[in-house]
Amino acid sequence: MNTELIGVIATYGLAIALAIPLGRHMAAVYQGKKHWSDIFLPLERLIYRIAGVDPNKEMDWKQHLKALLTINLVWFVYGFFMLMGQGVLPLNPDGNPGMSPHLAFNTIISFVVNCNLQHYSGESGLTYLTQTGVIMFLQFASAATGMAALATVFKAMASGTTVALGNFWMYFTRSITRILLPLSLVLAFILVVQGTPMTFDGAATVTTLEGAEQHIAQGPASAMVAIKQLGTNGGGFFGVNSAHPLENPTYLSNMVETIAILLIPMGLVFALGFWLKRMRLAWTIFGVMTVGFVLLLTGAVIMERAGNPAIAELGVAQPTGSMEGKETRFGAEASALWGVSTTATSNGSVNAMHDSMTPLTGGILMLDMFINAFYGGVGVGFLNYYVFLIIAIFIAGLMVGRTPEFLGRKVEAREMKIATMIALLHPFLILVGTAIASYAVAHTPAAAWDAEPQSWLNNPGAHGFGEMLYENASAAANNGSGFEGLGDNNFFWNFMTGLVLILGRFLPILGPLAIAGLLAAKKVVPEGGGTLRADTFTFGGLTFALIFILAALSFFPALALGPLAEYFSLVP
Amino acid sequence: METTSTSLFPREQVREALVQSFVKLDPRSMLRNPVMFTVEIGTAIMFLVTLYSAFSSDETQGGAGYNLVVFLVLFLTLLFANFAEAIAEARGKAQASSLRKLREDTPARLRMPDGSEKTIRGSELRKNDVFVCETGDLVPTDGEIIEGLASIDESAITGESAPVIREAGGDRSSVTGGTRVLSDRIVVQVTTDPGSSFLDRMIALVEGASRQKTPNEIALTILLAGFTLVFLIVCVTLKPFADYANTPITIAAFISLFVCLIPTTIGGLLSAIGIAGMDRALRANVITKSGRAVETAGDVDVLLLDKTGTITIGNRKATGFHPAPGMDRTSFIRSCALGSLADETPEGKSIIELAGADVTRGLSLQGAELIAFTAQTRTSGVDLGEGLRIRKGAQDAIRKLAVQAGNRFPAEVEAEVKRIAENGGTPLVVAENEKVIGCIELQDIIKPGISERFERLRKMGVKTVMVTGDNPLTAKFIAEKAGVDDYIAEATPEDKMAYIKKEQQQGKLVAMMGDGTNDAPALAQADVGVAMNSGTQAAKEAGNMVDLDNDPTKLIEVVEIGKQLLMTRGTLTTFSIANDVAKYFAIVPALFMASIPALGALNIMRLHSAESAILSAVIFNAIIIPLLIPLALKGVTYRPIGASAILRRNLLIYGLGGVIVPFIGIKLIDLGVALFF
Repeated sequence: MNTELIGVIATYGLAIALAIPLGRHMAAVYQGKKHWSDIFLPLERLIYRIAGVDPNKEMDWKQHLKALLTINLVWFVYGFFMLMGQGVLPLNPDGNPGMSPHLAFNTIISFVVNCNLQHYSGESGLTYLTQTGVIMFLQFASAATGMAALATVFKAMASGTTVALGNFWMYFTRSITRILLPLSLVLAFILVVQGTPMTFDGAATVTTLEGAEQHIAQGPASAMVAIKQLGTNGGGFFGVNSAHPLENPTYLSNMVETIAILLIPMGLVFALGFWLKRMRLAWTIFGVMTVGFVLLLTGAVIMERAGNPAIAELGVAQPTGSMEGKETRFGAEASALWGVSTTATSNGSVNAMHDSMTPLTGGILMLDMFINAFYGGVGVGFLNYYVFLIIAIFIAGLMVGRTPEFLGRKVEAREMKIATMIALLHPFLILVGTAIASYAVAHTPAAAWDAEPQSWLNNPGAHGFGEMLYENASAAANNGSGFEGLGDNNFFWNFMTGLVLILGRFLPILGPLAIAGLLAAKKVVPEGGGTLRADTFTFGGLTFALIFILAALSFFPALALGPLAEYFSLVP
Repeated sequence: METTSTSLFPREQVREALVQSFVKLDPRSMLRNPVMFTVEIGTAIMFLVTLYSAFSSDETQGGAGYNLVVFLVLFLTLLFANFAEAIAEARGKAQASSLRKLREDTPARLRMPDGSEKTIRGSELRKNDVFVCETGDLVPTDGEIIEGLASIDESAITGESAPVIREAGGDRSSVTGGTRVLSDRIVVQVTTDPGSSFLDRMIALVEGASRQKTPNEIALTILLAGFTLVFLIVCVTLKPFADYANTPITIAAFISLFVCLIPTTIGGLLSAIGIAGMDRALRANVITKSGRAVETAGDVDVLLLDKTGTITIGNRKATGFHPAPGMDRTSFIRSCALGSLADETPEGKSIIELAGADVTRGLSLQGAELIAFTAQTRTSGVDLGEGLRIRKGAQDAIRKLAVQAGNRFPAEVEAEVKRIAENGGTPLVVAENEKVIGCIELQDIIKPGISERFERLRKMGVKTVMVTGDNPLTAKFIAEKAGVDDYIAEATPEDKMAYIKKEQQQGKLVAMMGDGTNDAPALAQADVGVAMNSGTQAAKEAGNMVDLDNDPTKLIEVVEIGKQLLMTRGTLTTFSIANDVAKYFAIVPALFMASIPALGALNIMRLHSAESAILSAVIFNAIIIPLLIPLALKGVTYRPIGASAILRRNLLIYGLGGVIVPFIGIKLIDLGVALFF
């Protein structure tokens, strides 16, 4: 087998192998058992004391939600003013200016919601203060928010009839101190060894071989790259993200970063198994996610290896696959793996230009974001899956002739209402957002906005449509990557994606939290012979089919007009 | 009860349902079903489009003929869905009214306050009126006997030909309208006003007006409405997408895509499935007081069953003669038979039966004195003329008799007695002139086939509990032999109540059957309480179902009907959603093929043209509804093979089938449609 493929399989396999022990670790951390990580306890106590919170007070799901939303609002206000005022604030050796209000709005939302859609370029758009004090801080905090929400849901699944679902501050703080911080340190160290800069000096000035003077942007990149991958944030230190040679210098750093993208989302599935002592259930869920992921990955790898049919038609051989927009140090296959990983997990960092991927791969990356639950973002990916799981439970329960129940709790009208609304939200945000943009391009191409709609698209036709679809999917899925052909730093896109980001972040957290809270308060029915088991192959198959029909097929007409039209018009 | 026809679609019901299909087009009644309501809106828009394309020269919306056909197909879709609901209603009504008809014009002998009698029509009786029935009279309405005793033929209601005894006071005091008094005279007080008897309530439930959606139906409706909304978004946003791609799409195509994608199959059949569940219960002679009760029955975890009549056949039977050592077997049997010859109790009769005609033929009780059972002696028997005294009774009673007379109680008999008791039997010791001569073994006879039914229940995940007045030892033995999971021995109504509460506290749903007034609290407490029709009014009011057959095993059927109801909903939902895969592949290429020829590659079914593809999809979508009506009415067959196995089976048939069938169906329809479009 070809080395490139071996690289892909080794990377993916290693991610799974590391995710299992991490899952065990995370389950123990959230359960509050005696654990070696209690060495962080003094640090945590200090944080609790400064923040004035009681980590032992039990909260119901509404209190969790309140705490979560409040703290997010605080960050939003803080970050918004920091970004606008960064030009006059310290740690700005390159003299970068403050952001425009709508860009600051889009950027701060984007980082608060763990999306990291970047309508700016880090080298010139941010200062070291905002890179670390806003961007990097939020990369930790937003990831921990998602993880704390998921921990609450796990707690609800694990306990008997109760409204007490643990403490948000405890889950949140521990997510950072005991999971994200230690892992980030390890990863940042590996990256520094591989050559990623970690400095507060301004841009380096070098003289090239031709004698020209060149400014090379640098900064505290290694620390940020570590958390951007681990927390499925994706917001790069530099504009071109992990395609940049200083963010991702070698094949080894690429492997490690790919693993970091997948690690926590995968690990959280196992954490469920360890916490509930239902490893079968965890493996079933992991199996469904993995089958979906591997199918999409296989498609992407095949397409990228095959290269561009239009080039092939010219009689040009493409022995290394489609290399347009890719880094030669990674190759087509590793770039495909990264692409699928980063879109499936709502990470959004890139090591190749997604805009230049072959049409069907572009479609696959969009599908990843449409589904947004094959591993998914830290915490939130599983929450998305949870909604599908509840709907699948309901249908399957009916099919076996029983009022549907999940882990002994009856799933009734209220839960279904919430689950249905959340499942509906994602296609709604993506399709409506794209529809508004398409309408503007088709009917008011020369509207006197700060950027005319006709100037948004670098590519006409199907690919241009794909760029708009991708941008909306990326915002709704809180992914953050882009089909960079789209001119998105203008009022329309900053504002619309900002709105999509907020809705696409908080409602999918609110919904599962509410469902889990409602279910936890119900009486637990002991499982019997007539009870549907959620940890069987058959049930996994049903969940997969449901996700495919509900989340993927809804986008079939849109995909047909975008990537599919592009693909079929390329193949002879 | 005889139904007029076993066919699913008797002609008069079909005629009524056809009329109702049009009446139900009223948007106010369609609003109850969000899925079909959106189809109605789509149909109305299509109607306007058809008119527009017929009277204007604008060709962008397609030809008038094509639009007309799309409109008609959509209209048919609506009618089919309404027909499904209407036919289910008609069936239920026909069944219930055949029961009701019996009593309507029966003359009633109303007893006036002064004691005189006046004959009026049965339908004029009001609650608390008192009427009299004598031999040969039809009972005009439901009531409770306040005076007298009568044997009553209930075959018109239950189909059981043996007459039953009903008497004032106690647990067998209620009579049902439409039954016939065979002997004696009873005075009955009316318990319900006309229009509010259980049957009337049931008929109202089946008819649209007072039918409440069950919680489960509501949850499913929400899910279906959600699906409908997703596809609404998909279709509406397609318009600007198509504008961007310079691809004109006709209104007919938009509406067709929308109607095909939304779950019209389950949406159209949903209420029919619910009504059919109640119909099936009624067919099993169970009157349900709400649709919810039927659903709950499907969820039942624990079933409380009375031993007598459910698990065992009526009373104990003699199964063996065990003579004491030194006693000749033939003469022992002869003595036993003699001692029981005059015994009218079922046990006594069964001894004669076991002894056989050869022994009993020559026996005579000439000059004998019968000694009846009394609470003091606790023995019964006979004193024959020649000075022979035969007594039989419980071990301790006979022992006392023998010991008083100076005889000893043989150790062998004592051992035998112990063995019998340990095996769940009841030993009856026999003494001749105060000398113990052996014992007779009485056994409960477990109904044939009952342990298989319990096995079936176990596979469904239902725990069975036997309720009996027997002592714990006997109860345990019978419980084991019959295969029930648990038992309540020496049960009092309070014990039953306590057991139900205990199970419910663990989150389980409990079903029970009862008839007596003292069962009423437990019937009310149970999640599914089935009262026997012969039971007291209090019991019937407390339960949520009434079994006209008074058959204690009916609970098992009720559970299956409940499961079937939920399963039918689930499988048709799955089928409906699975259908979408093929429909997408039929319509999406058709929408874009003209302006983006490359997308013709998605036309994997190789449908003839854009028009034919869209038409085939909507036609398939319409005709699948009537094709599935029989399934909706009869329900998906329930097999107790465990939840996972059922899921696998149903997913294979309705899920995978749901993906494949429309591919074939749409292609076949397209072959026909291609001749025209």
